[in-house]
Amino acid sequence: MTEYRGVLICSEALQGSLAAISWELLGIGRKLANDLGEELYAFLPGRGVQPLAQELVAGGADKVFVADDPRIEYYQTDSYTALMDGLCRQLSPQIVLMGQTSLGRDLAPRLAFRQGTGVAMDCVELSIDLQDRSLLQTRPVYGGNALAVLKTETKPQVATIRPKSMTEAQRDTSRRGEVISIPVNVPPGGVNFVKKVTEEVEGVKLEDAEIISSSPGGGAWGGTRPVCDSGWLPAQLQIGLTGKMVSPNLYLVVAASGSSQHMAGCSGARNIVAINKDPEANVFKYARFGVVADYRQLLPPLTEKCKELLSG
Amino acid sequence: MDIIVCVKQVPDPETPPASFRIDPGTNKVIPAQGIAPVISTFDELAVEAALRIKDKHGGKVTAMTLGPESARDVLKHAMAMGADEGIHLLDAAFGDGDGWATAYALAQAIKKVGRYDLVLCGRQAADWDAGQVGLGIAEFLNLPSVTPIKKVEVSDGKLGVERLVADGFEVLEVSPPALLTVSNELGEPRYPTLRGIMMAARKQVTTWNAQDIGVEASQVGARGARTKLLRLFIPIRESKCEIVEGEDVVDAATKLALRLRESKII
Ligand SMILES: Cc1cc2nc3c(=O)[nH]c(=O)nc-3n(C[C@H](O)[C@H](O)[C@H](O)COP(=O)(O)OP(=O)(O)OC[C@H]3O[C@@H](n4cnc5c(N)ncnc54)[C@H](O)[C@@H]3O)c2cc1C
Ligand SMILES: Nc1ncnc2c1ncn2[C@@H]1O[C@H](COP(=O)(O)O)[C@@H](O)[C@H]1O
Repeated sequence: MTEYRGVLICSEALQGSLAAISWELLGIGRKLANDLGEELYAFLPGRGVQPLAQELVAGGADKVFVADDPRIEYYQTDSYTALMDGLCRQLSPQIVLMGQTSLGRDLAPRLAFRQGTGVAMDCVELSIDLQDRSLLQTRPVYGGNALAVLKTETKPQVATIRPKSMTEAQRDTSRRGEVISIPVNVPPGGVNFVKKVTEEVEGVKLEDAEIISSSPGGGAWGGTRPVCDSGWLPAQLQIGLTGKMVSPNLYLVVAASGSSQHMAGCSGARNIVAINKDPEANVFKYARFGVVADYRQLLPPLTEKCKELLSG
Repeated sequence: MDIIVCVKQVPDPETPPASFRIDPGTNKVIPAQGIAPVISTFDELAVEAALRIKDKHGGKVTAMTLGPESARDVLKHAMAMGADEGIHLLDAAFGDGDGWATAYALAQAIKKVGRYDLVLCGRQAADWDAGQVGLGIAEFLNLPSVTPIKKVEVSDGKLGVERLVADGFEVLEVSPPALLTVSNELGEPRYPTLRGIMMAARKQVTTWNAQDIGVEASQVGARGARTKLLRLFIPIRESKCEIVEGEDVVDAATKLALRLRESKII
């Protein structure tokens, strides 16, 4: 019988650096590996990513497996699944973690099913069950109305983590680890990449913004699904379960009811301020400050006063 | 193009959070009084995507669901929108499955249908929000897949697909048979017309049990599940919202600005 040991993370690079999700994966991956007293492995796929291997070591990986190849610059189901599947056969990790990102949403279920095991998507908490050393996976369900605690009874135990839900690893350049290059085979598949269309939204990126408002004003903008579906805001600015996960210092929620699916996207916000004309609106349950008012009347004097305070 | 669309029945996801209840004894959601279950949001969009292809290129659209007796309603809904046929996987053995067990049963049923160019699913079911069953079906049937998509068009026997990614979208060319999962960026689903509803009422739904699709009871439902649910609960959220009031709107705005400043939020 195979003995499953260690934790394998699938890291992601973004514009020449490790993406923020990779630091979160390192953080939780290292913790789980320590709790098990086992190794942390990191997979690093992409084009020109080799130099980032040391970053993964600095973030806590014991072994880094690099697949650096121009043919896998963009995530592609067949090649990435084949690579991860190969690594899982080689390493037999007990736990496999990815981000709940464009990559992880697609790769985690594919890999899990190929490995004959289950997967828990979009987890916000992961821990080791001390009795049987298996992974306990906590994830929001029913749009965020409830939390489910799950255990996958087959191995490896595959999970994706919700961005901004885990503590990022600290970078420590004195850490030592092994870097191993793995060969890339691109299996012929039924999907051909034609092109990528980047839809840049001007200004601060939502994921990085310190102030977000769901109405025009200072800081970055984001909105609810109806607002994006109706074309008032571009789709990339949808905040929520199926949109962006944000964690600003201030999220000014203007005229949104506070549906659990929308609020799921801003659970990392440190201060939520709600403006809604309905005193019963669910959004007030999440807010630190709230005003019951018509936003059209409230926003102009609010903007005015804030400007005055900030310039004074 | 012959298209199979997987549709799931879920408790209405727009149920107000205040009416959302869980039975801790069974780890199950207690259906909210007077709120009928619905076709899962993205599955309705998957039906729409299928019908758009059918409108242009012809072919047959089959809706398939796995669920209790009541789940027939979502097949009828899909048929009222314009789907030609409905297949209901109905068997006590299918109950309480995880993504694995559900995908396995659906994949076996799709195999039994045999003829198809495209399988469409929602990007995630609006109850468990997992987003794994579609990809699971693709893996079981060894189909190429793309998730989640906002557009699909057919030309020269190929599928032109737009896949949503964080900073835009990717344009991909996919060879059928394939599996795609659909997101809300596709656009509004059509309403069933009166004629559609009447036609759907007359159409028969095919019902298959575990034996019909050639699976053992131990491979599906709770017994076939790889992932077990240990606990389902509503997280406690202490509401500590300070409602800022004023003599009028301008006064309230001023007070809010001051409170934000005092609390060092701005
Ligand atoms: C599976 C699933 C995933 C989803 N994912 C997302 C997601 O990622 N993001 C998302 O946002 N939604 C998502 N939704 C949709 C979500 O359930 C809600 O439908 C949506 O968030 C509601 O948007 P809203 O608050 O803008 O609209 P509504 O719920 O219609 O609320 C409008 C609010 O504005 C207030 N209002 C109106 N006029 C004024 C005024 N003049 N002044 C002050 N207040 C006013 C009203 O009192 C009301 O509270 C998802 C749904 C499902 C089923
Ligand atoms: N019981 C079911 N019957 C039919 N289709 C389903 C069922 N469960 C899941 N699906 C399909 O798979 C998609 C993803 O489901 P999930 O992985 O549960 O989020 C759904 O949007 C449906 O298209």
